[in-house]
Amino acid sequence: MSADLVIIGAGPAGMAAARVAAEGGLSVTLLDEQERAGGQIYRNVGAVAGRGWLGADYARGGALVQGLDHPGITHQPRATVWRIDARRGVIWSRDGQSHVSPAAHVLIATGAQERPVPFPGWTLPGLMPAGAAQILMKQSGMVPDEAILSGAGPLLYLVAAQMIAAGAPPVALVETPTAITHALPKLPRALFGLPTLIKGLGLIARIRAAGIPWYRGAADFRAETTEDGRIRFDFTTGKQSHSLTCDLLLTHLGVIPQSHLTRSMGLAHEYDAEQGAWRPTLDPWGQSSEPHVFVAGDGGGIGGAEAARAKGALAALAILHQAGKLDAAGRDRRAAPLRRALSRALSLRPFLDAAYSVPSAFLAPPDETIVCRCEEVTAGSIRKAACTGAEGLRLMRTSLRTGMGPCQGRMCETTVIGLIAEATDRPASTLGPGRIRTPVKPVTLAEIAALGPQPEETT
Amino acid sequence: MNAASRFRDAPGAAPRSLRLMLDGVPVLARPGESVAAALLAHSGGATRQTPVTGAGRAPYCMMGVCFDCLVTIDGHPNVQACMVSAREGMVIQRQIGARRLGDQP
Repeated sequence: MSADLVIIGAGPAGMAAARVAAEGGLSVTLLDEQERAGGQIYRNVGAVAGRGWLGADYARGGALVQGLDHPGITHQPRATVWRIDARRGVIWSRDGQSHVSPAAHVLIATGAQERPVPFPGWTLPGLMPAGAAQILMKQSGMVPDEAILSGAGPLLYLVAAQMIAAGAPPVALVETPTAITHALPKLPRALFGLPTLIKGLGLIARIRAAGIPWYRGAADFRAETTEDGRIRFDFTTGKQSHSLTCDLLLTHLGVIPQSHLTRSMGLAHEYDAEQGAWRPTLDPWGQSSEPHVFVAGDGGGIGGAEAARAKGALAALAILHQAGKLDAAGRDRRAAPLRRALSRALSLRPFLDAAYSVPSAFLAPPDETIVCRCEEVTAGSIRKAACTGAEGLRLMRTSLRTGMGPCQGRMCETTVIGLIAEATDRPASTLGPGRIRTPVKPVTLAEIAALGPQPEETT
Repeated sequence: MNAASRFRDAPGAAPRSLRLMLDGVPVLARPGESVAAALLAHSGGATRQTPVTGAGRAPYCMMGVCFDCLVTIDGHPNVQACMVSAREGMVIQRQIGARRLGDQP
């Protein structure tokens, strides 16, 4: 089953691209790790009824999922891509068996992951990213009980409002320093995103109205398990120390592109200083340094769901043109409204990036913090190694095994870079991105061997 | 290890009609939810102990990134519980330390 276009990721970018490409006459294989299309933002949207408390923005993803109902689209759920091979195609695994999908064109739409928020105690049961709690709300009908929301960024406000609406308001909102005043010069452009801005202010108003204790300018995070299995959360605001107890401590400091797949292909990447993360280098259509490989959505730079939808459609138009199904004039005509939508969707981003930048204590946390969760390497040992010659990611990996565990550095790379940058007084932009090798998700040797030297298409 | 769950049911949540076994103890799950979600609804405690220091860990990212939710499911070790849907009769074991090669079914 060969397809003209293989899309990886069924979030807003992948779903929008699949529909446009299929309507334009291409056969599309849509590979996604989840059981249902939607990505993280619209997780489970096709299957959920009566969850009004999640809000109208979430429900809007339903139309994109319905758009996949097209004879040209084959949706492969539970498909974990572990390698993209320039010659063979996209290699993916399901139920312990790997398959190869050859494709003339590839669109990578793997989205974002949460930025790691390391501090002493962040590995304990009872601590999770706020986005993880949202996944549980969307997919399992579970709401955090006696939870504290901490960190910074618009998602915190949204999760707080959803928890209030579900009848389980957070115990407290503990916000790290924001730079709203510093971000004010970016506000004029942000006004093009006025509806989103108003929505954000509405969320803040709801949190205030619910009387949630709100701590601002918080620092020096530390979590411990109490004797009865709860979480004691210590932090400071200015010179004041605070100690709160909760059942669940949710953290959030924004999201970063999931770039393991694009990096494993050796595509060109660049450092985005505003977002503090690497992203693949793309042209305005999402074309990467490899002409037949496109990237759309948050995996190509954080822009949110509406931007991802527009970028997915734009990439599909460029692929239709590349495949000879759409002339340049038609492509450009159809792209114009998408570019306007994209510009609107991105208008708020510079303001948000400046207002909710990551405090340096979370890029280079205190010595006792476990940085590499898999290999349990502390910030102290990384600092020490950086001062004694391990001045890069590879040297650190070979001396301390950071990034060598099953997550392959997804949870520690930003912090290891932050610590090396601090110890060697070099900018983070010169220290990455780390080199990623396939398989980008663990597969057994038996599964790889079963593919054979020159595998035929297996499905 | 069996602290009370750190989550409660949302308004209108479907009943937990599936039955899984965790180390010999029944765990209820909702159709469509992941094994990790069922484990978090069952208990707020650890679902594995790390190979390096033996520290307790529980499902963390819920989207396949962190690998802290590794469990043994129906004899298969090192399965990401957040990426597998709960099914009736699943047999799950917490993982204490590293898996050995002989553990592979």
